[in-house]
Amino acid sequence: MTEVLMVAICGAATYLWRGLGVIVSGQIRTDSAIFTWVGCVAWAMIAGLTMRILLLPSGVLAETTLLERGIGVAIPLLVFFVLSRRNLFLGVGSAFVTMTLLTLLNGA
Amino acid sequence: MRSPCYRLGAAEAFGTPSAVLAAGYLGYGALAADAGLPLWLTLLSSLSLWALPGQLIMIEMSSAGAPLVAMVLAVSFSAARFMPMTVSLLPALRAPGSGRRREFFAAHLVSMTGWVAAMRRAPELPASDRLPYFFGFAATLWLCSVAATGIGHLAASSLPAATKSALVFMNPVYFLLILLDDARTRVMILSLIAGAIAIPLLHRVIPEWSVLIGGLAGGSLAFALHRLLSRHD
Repeated sequence: MTEVLMVAICGAATYLWRGLGVIVSGQIRTDSAIFTWVGCVAWAMIAGLTMRILLLPSGVLAETTLLERGIGVAIPLLVFFVLSRRNLFLGVGSAFVTMTLLTLLNGA
Repeated sequence: MRSPCYRLGAAEAFGTPSAVLAAGYLGYGALAADAGLPLWLTLLSSLSLWALPGQLIMIEMSSAGAPLVAMVLAVSFSAARFMPMTVSLLPALRAPGSGRRREFFAAHLVSMTGWVAAMRRAPELPASDRLPYFFGFAATLWLCSVAATGIGHLAASSLPAATKSALVFMNPVYFLLILLDDARTRVMILSLIAGAIAIPLLHRVIPEWSVLIGGLAGGSLAFALHRLLSRHD
């Protein structure tokens, strides 16, 4: 499968829902059970994928240890929920800084 | 052309909203580079999908060797939220007598950040200024995110390895913080827990299908449990 095709089809699959929203706007109720179910599946997918990347990483993250990733998550959680007022930029930024320092310490 | 309202939207998007999204897209650019996606295609993916969860799903499933059909289904599920979002946003932006064509472009720019901002600001603006405000706001977010995608991709392929893994690591942390921050309703908490357990477990057995099947199974289980509990409330 070529990567161009992958991006094109995934882009179309995403726009489909946005375009459909324009077409059916004003004609459907959006609080029905089917939307709740689709939302459940979407949340489960992204939460599961996030956990999988943290626990069973592939690519460049596979070279990090579970302990490093654990510290790399604990510091941003502390920064986000305790030290800042749920500042996502600072939280994600602290993940970058923590992980860079851990990798440097390990290599030294 | 009422440029002041385009500019008002752009000015309000620039700063915290675009910085937060940029942090997410910086990591995405690095992840795509790590997965071997060329720069131009990575930029195109941010321009065309403009939905970080779907983009993460696409790259991760592609790395896991998932078949195209599984990938498209998973991306579709993650993007389906845009339909109700667009349905509720457009009446709030619509001016009497304005055409539908601009709405199809406005719909492409819909994201959670832009949706929240427009739903809050639109009622305060004159009807004819609402769509321009949204275009200014959402297009600024979109273009800043595409720029951040490019920077992330270039940084991952040129900076030392320590920086690369740290950039890629921003992806799971970004979503972990967003999901924990958003998890307020019971149905959402159930879905998050079910998915967080099902997908890593399934990944050991069927890595190509774990995101789709684990998401469907976990999400449906959470939905059923929520309905069951609602009956007893």
